[in-house]
Amino acid sequence: MGELKLMKGNEALAEAAIRAGADAYFGYPITPQSEVIEYLMAEKPHERTGMVVLQAESEVAAINMVYGAAGAGKRVMTSSSSPGISLKQEGLSYMAGAELPCVYANVVRGGPGLGTIQPSQADYFQSTKGGGHGDYRQIVLAPASVQEMSDFVKLGFDLAFKYRTPVLILSDGVIGQMMEKVELFDQMPRLKDEEIAENFEWATTGRKKGTERTIITSLALQAHEMEAHNLHLQAKYKTISENEVRFETFDCEDAEYIIVAYGSSARIAQKTVQIARKKGIKVGLFRLISLYPFPSADLQKLCKQGVKGFLAVEMSAGQMVEDVMLAVKGCAKVEHFGRFGGIIHTPEEVLKALEQKIIGG
Amino acid sequence: MTNLTLEDIIKPENLVHERTKLMTDKTLSYCPGCGHGTAHHIIMEVIEELDMQEQTIGVAPVGCSVLAYDFMNIDMQQAAHGRAPAVATGIKRVYPNKIVFTYQGDGDLAAIGTAETIHACNRGENIVIVFVNNGIYGMTGGQMAPTTLPGMKSSTSPYGRDVHDMGNPLKMTELVAQLPGTYFVTRQAVHTPSAVRKAKRSIRKAFENQRDGNHGISFVEIVSNCNSGWKMTPTDSNVWMVENMLPFYPLGDIKVDGKLL
Repeated sequence: MGELKLMKGNEALAEAAIRAGADAYFGYPITPQSEVIEYLMAEKPHERTGMVVLQAESEVAAINMVYGAAGAGKRVMTSSSSPGISLKQEGLSYMAGAELPCVYANVVRGGPGLGTIQPSQADYFQSTKGGGHGDYRQIVLAPASVQEMSDFVKLGFDLAFKYRTPVLILSDGVIGQMMEKVELFDQMPRLKDEEIAENFEWATTGRKKGTERTIITSLALQAHEMEAHNLHLQAKYKTISENEVRFETFDCEDAEYIIVAYGSSARIAQKTVQIARKKGIKVGLFRLISLYPFPSADLQKLCKQGVKGFLAVEMSAGQMVEDVMLAVKGCAKVEHFGRFGGIIHTPEEVLKALEQKIIGG
Repeated sequence: MTNLTLEDIIKPENLVHERTKLMTDKTLSYCPGCGHGTAHHIIMEVIEELDMQEQTIGVAPVGCSVLAYDFMNIDMQQAAHGRAPAVATGIKRVYPNKIVFTYQGDGDLAAIGTAETIHACNRGENIVIVFVNNGIYGMTGGQMAPTTLPGMKSSTSPYGRDVHDMGNPLKMTELVAQLPGTYFVTRQAVHTPSAVRKAKRSIRKAFENQRDGNHGISFVEIVSNCNSGWKMTPTDSNVWMVENMLPFYPLGDIKVDGKLL
């Protein structure tokens, strides 16, 4: 068993970065995720593993530092919260285009604009539909516990390098700020410079004499070249959507109704299921772990098993609900419920919505 | 002087200048008469002479030199507009023993990338920044740049730059020289053979500073022409540059070995 600690979600994420053998973290403070860079600065990871931590002048600079270090084959991470993540979209689009790996976390707060510092899940569209300009997707993992804030860093780096893509850990103010017991994974070694040069032929590490140079770019001025590159990216996203779907189910075997949720909403909905089951309502929880790729086929399967209705529960005005509708293709009723703008719904509110919108509706 | 035949000229003993192997054979995409090609060549010559190519990673900007990686035959990264100093920071921080440089125009470095430039300089990143200043946005078709001279015409200042309305040209090189994080700051040009030799000496010094681990940025501005954007012949543009650009952007070292001159 690994080391057990009581930690905040943000701290677990930071500790996991060191343990996952990250080479660098570049960030900029913003509530409610500033503990990530504070923890890293206090931990002196350069003494533990040689990891670099640098506070950048802006989120824009931070993501471009990530671009540079990732382009040179290193394991690099950044994190922010909603307004800061908007600023990073330029760099993320470039990274998707140039096919660079990185892990980044969004500890979501209420928006739009400067919004509020309270928890929210209103960045779903931005996270799962691309975010920046151009046709691209990124793998999105949604932790629902402090444990997963740690575990998904390791998983995130594996996926980022497997597919050479940014991987987003889509957290929220609840998961980032709450404290829970977490079992930390053992320290992984950082790759040596020679291993990077040998294993990642795409990385710019200096052109050896007698070899071809390496170029990191997202530019193709000729339209047919850009189309070919886009087709390559789309083929990669298809492979990802076929292989990297992640979810878990609670009490779905005999369920007549399903609550679909992720992150802190899934934790709340789990309580709703318990209360409802005591009342004799046959409801289950479908917790999304990967938001992209979205488990459409598995939701469709449940629908065909006779589920009468799906309630999409999210702390937004209704974003993830659209993907649930697309998944079930009208085979059952789909409704949305959620408080938003920084308000967190209660299990009772979710139950009431289930009874009114799905069972009684 | 005897008249040399073609056979004589190509004899090794008559070689006076060899084209650097660190430029690719690809035809330069720059307009004939533009200074970018010369600037590219002297940087690549310096890297070759210092035998640094296996350690060097360059960062190309957005602008006319967005395709610098097509011509510079070394490992290169292409950065988002203005972000080259942040990208270079990322590379250098994880590879402190490699040589990292950016190649940026005035729109990239002194407008959209002002924050990245100032903060990379202020942190004293041990990188080289080559800043090509031609006072105009060349690639997008001749719009006003942060360095466009007062009264100078461009497609977005068609009646001349009115400094009361459009702001003053920014002397970025003098500005960064004030920051403690810069180690070597100079302004050069490439319009005459002697200017090219001086510019090359400065670039060599900049790369040597980084190699020797001297703490701080080596910042080399190259004042250049943009004959297309200025709507002049190459020759006229160089005369105009000497008469108008150089009095406003005087050539010479501003800071050497961390000390302001």
